[in-house]
Amino acid sequence: MSHDMSEEKLPESHGAAGEVADHVDPFADPGLPAHEPRRTDIDERAAKRAERQVSLMFVLSMLATVGFIASYVAIDPDKIVYIFPLGHVSALNFALGLTLGVALFLIGAGAVHWARTLMSDVEMPAERHPIEADDEVRADVIQQFKTGAAESGFGRRKMIRNTLIGSMALVPLSGVVLLRDLGPLPEKKLKETGWKEATPAKPVQLINMSTNTPMTAADIAVGSLTFAMPEGLHVHDEDFQQRIAKDALMLVRIAPDDIKDDKSREKGFDGILAYSKICTHVGCPISLYEQQTHHALCPCHQSTFDLSDGARVIFGPAGHPLPQLKITTDEKGFLVATGDFQEPVGPSYWERAR
Amino acid sequence: MSSASSTTSGATKPASTRANPANKWEAAADWTDGRLGIYSLAKANLRKIFPDHWSFMLGEICLYTFIIIILTGVYLTLFFKPSMGEVIYNGSYVPLKGISMSEAYASTLDISFEVRGGLLIRQIHHWAALVFVAAMLVHMMRVFFTGAFRKPREVNWVFGFLLLVLGMFDGFFGYSLPDDLLSGTGIRFMEGAILAVPVIGTYIQMFLYGGEFPGHDIIPRFFTIHVLLIPGIMLGLLVAHLILVFYHKHTQWAGPGKTEKNVVGMPLMPVYMAKAGGFFFLVFGLIAVISAIASINPIWAYGPYRPDQVSTDAQPDWYMGFSEGLIRVMPGWEISLWGHTLNLGVFVPLMIFPLVLVAIAVYPFIEGWITGDKREHHILDRPRNAPVRTALGAAWISLYLVLLIGGGNDLFATHLHLSLNDITYFVRIGFFVVPVITFIVTKRWCLGLQRRDKEKVLHGRETGVIKRLPHGEFVEVHAQLPQKDLYKLTAHEQVQPVQLPAQTDENGVAGKAGIFTRTRAKLSRGFYGEGSQIPKPTAEEHHEITSGHGHH
Repeated sequence: MSHDMSEEKLPESHGAAGEVADHVDPFADPGLPAHEPRRTDIDERAAKRAERQVSLMFVLSMLATVGFIASYVAIDPDKIVYIFPLGHVSALNFALGLTLGVALFLIGAGAVHWARTLMSDVEMPAERHPIEADDEVRADVIQQFKTGAAESGFGRRKMIRNTLIGSMALVPLSGVVLLRDLGPLPEKKLKETGWKEATPAKPVQLINMSTNTPMTAADIAVGSLTFAMPEGLHVHDEDFQQRIAKDALMLVRIAPDDIKDDKSREKGFDGILAYSKICTHVGCPISLYEQQTHHALCPCHQSTFDLSDGARVIFGPAGHPLPQLKITTDEKGFLVATGDFQEPVGPSYWERAR
Repeated sequence: MSSASSTTSGATKPASTRANPANKWEAAADWTDGRLGIYSLAKANLRKIFPDHWSFMLGEICLYTFIIIILTGVYLTLFFKPSMGEVIYNGSYVPLKGISMSEAYASTLDISFEVRGGLLIRQIHHWAALVFVAAMLVHMMRVFFTGAFRKPREVNWVFGFLLLVLGMFDGFFGYSLPDDLLSGTGIRFMEGAILAVPVIGTYIQMFLYGGEFPGHDIIPRFFTIHVLLIPGIMLGLLVAHLILVFYHKHTQWAGPGKTEKNVVGMPLMPVYMAKAGGFFFLVFGLIAVISAIASINPIWAYGPYRPDQVSTDAQPDWYMGFSEGLIRVMPGWEISLWGHTLNLGVFVPLMIFPLVLVAIAVYPFIEGWITGDKREHHILDRPRNAPVRTALGAAWISLYLVLLIGGGNDLFATHLHLSLNDITYFVRIGFFVVPVITFIVTKRWCLGLQRRDKEKVLHGRETGVIKRLPHGEFVEVHAQLPQKDLYKLTAHEQVQPVQLPAQTDENGVAGKAGIFTRTRAKLSRGFYGEGSQIPKPTAEEHHEITSGHGHH
């Protein structure tokens, strides 16, 4: 390093080096440079100092481990402390993490410092050997293989060979067959929702998800967004998750004149439209609604649906509109469904149109 | 040390003829050697030479974070209950008291709040997983841009690639386990993606989830995949990867005394045992400190999963971000034909996702085919000296980054006050355009750097010393580079493009080269032809310039 520096200060001296280069290859490999000793190699006091530094790190690591155990015993898991600039954090997590981190880090720092200052840094070459075997070995191995193959008779006794291949090809089938009971066949499962219980003779009430009560048309204000599920479904039901994944509804009320799609208006009741809450892209629940534009946005992948126009997709990756559930009111004035969705809810799939 | 190697030859002799061990440690080593043959193993490896360069530690970070993940992961399995059975939460986190949730979520809350140090271990596990995948990607980029994947290391490249892909998926399965609102949304996404697969999608979905989404099976199944199946495969690949690193010996940068036939560095024992061993503790320590001060995946804030609820900034972990980008920016194309629905809007991203990954995985084989080079390579390329490779790698990274922007389009929109729609349109166009621009810019950049190297070799380095000539002209004095630098800057070899065989044979009969031969020649010209590399300075040029004084 210092050698380079002195050269830098004496640019003129390089005329001589250029002349030398006239009769040798200027780009030749000069060979491994001589080892330059470090301070700790030549100064015993520097080496001692490095030794003390390494030991100090190891000692501090021990103390940090003691601190870890002390924190584990002493700090209440519920204790919250304010630590600038982190804010309010769990005291136990902070103390344990910091002491463990310091204990580990100092072992590493000590070891690396030791290696860098006190262990030999003399670079030395080791020879490489080609990965490929030489021709003699290659020929020998191939000969051995041929001998082995010939002795097995695998190539000659074709019947054994073919039946072995056959049995080996068939035996994994048992494993494949065993996978059959992983789950049921799809059948009509993705087609139907919990609303299929509803018939014109026996309508199913729409239950407000927040109040857990049926709703009258008057409960739904123009411009509001309400989430609903079918009556008879309860949060603690065994299959609640599975059912709500398809049955979830969002109700919006739009002034009838603002509804652009006639079919959509007819499926609704007095401007109240019941759409599936499950996005037709990959099934996230849609939950962002713009009251003035009637746009509903899925927060996962930003598919945007125009609820005033039959939930047409106006932006994003969804492939088709949200299915709409036909609703009306029963004799008591509560909003009800009289049948299932007319198309599958949620993400589309191969047999969707069947 | 010396005693170990001097007794190695004795390992093949009968044990009775061996000299008596000097102490009980040697005796123990002799005993072990008699059964496991450790002396022969140690002879090859104890003083094995490793070259030193900061970029060689990237792979170490991968190894160490993997170990950290295994250690913390085993601890977490002691407390985690991979069950979707419903319980009412009654733990110490007050906001969720009395709420029904799965046992998986409740036990994750218990790990975070009841088990002392459980939160720390959970956070170390998750932070280490993020660092693991990041380190694998950066390590892979190091290997890519330096050409370290060339023969004989192509197979190890593939092992490394498989580790990256498996690591990404194991991360996905892992963060799906707590069954919180965010992770459940990821599982829901997976259901939608599987349903988009033509013909067999619904069957795979039913079989994987044990029925309709979400069912009661998916978390126990993911658990087994996450803690047993994938880590088991990864452990095997990792061991194979490391054995091959030892077997091939490490690559090294060009420099004085370094050749294709040697490896220059310091021995495993003691220097690299201390450095690499110490580095494990540095990595572990840093991740522990990060886990102490930076919260990751605060599942208690999201609440339990409900298919009808979602939070607004749902994001996967970063390494899945580019697949998220694909899924967000793809137009919602859906084809209905003959009573069947093909959901291109989801299926196309689902296919591009593996293609993006495989594109980088097969590159070594493509380059090997184009160059036709059958030699071993142990000296690394400087990225500038392989402009097309470097440009292709940069284009790949730019594609990845564009898709990351697409994956976080909502966050970019809210944080930078941009239109979400505009970002999405930008990514749709950028997906095709940005990699091309990146390719062109990077290639030119590399050529510029090659020109600069050539300039430095021929004309020397600018010294900053200004000299006034007798007639008044000022010139800057250039200094010849020292020999070691000259060697370093000219050590690389420049591949020449393959030539098409003559179109007519010696009898004048026209023969046409096959499509593969022609494609290969064309690609070879693109990779190594004129305009893809600057001819490196020759000794003659150097002589000419250095012998005539004053020509700076």
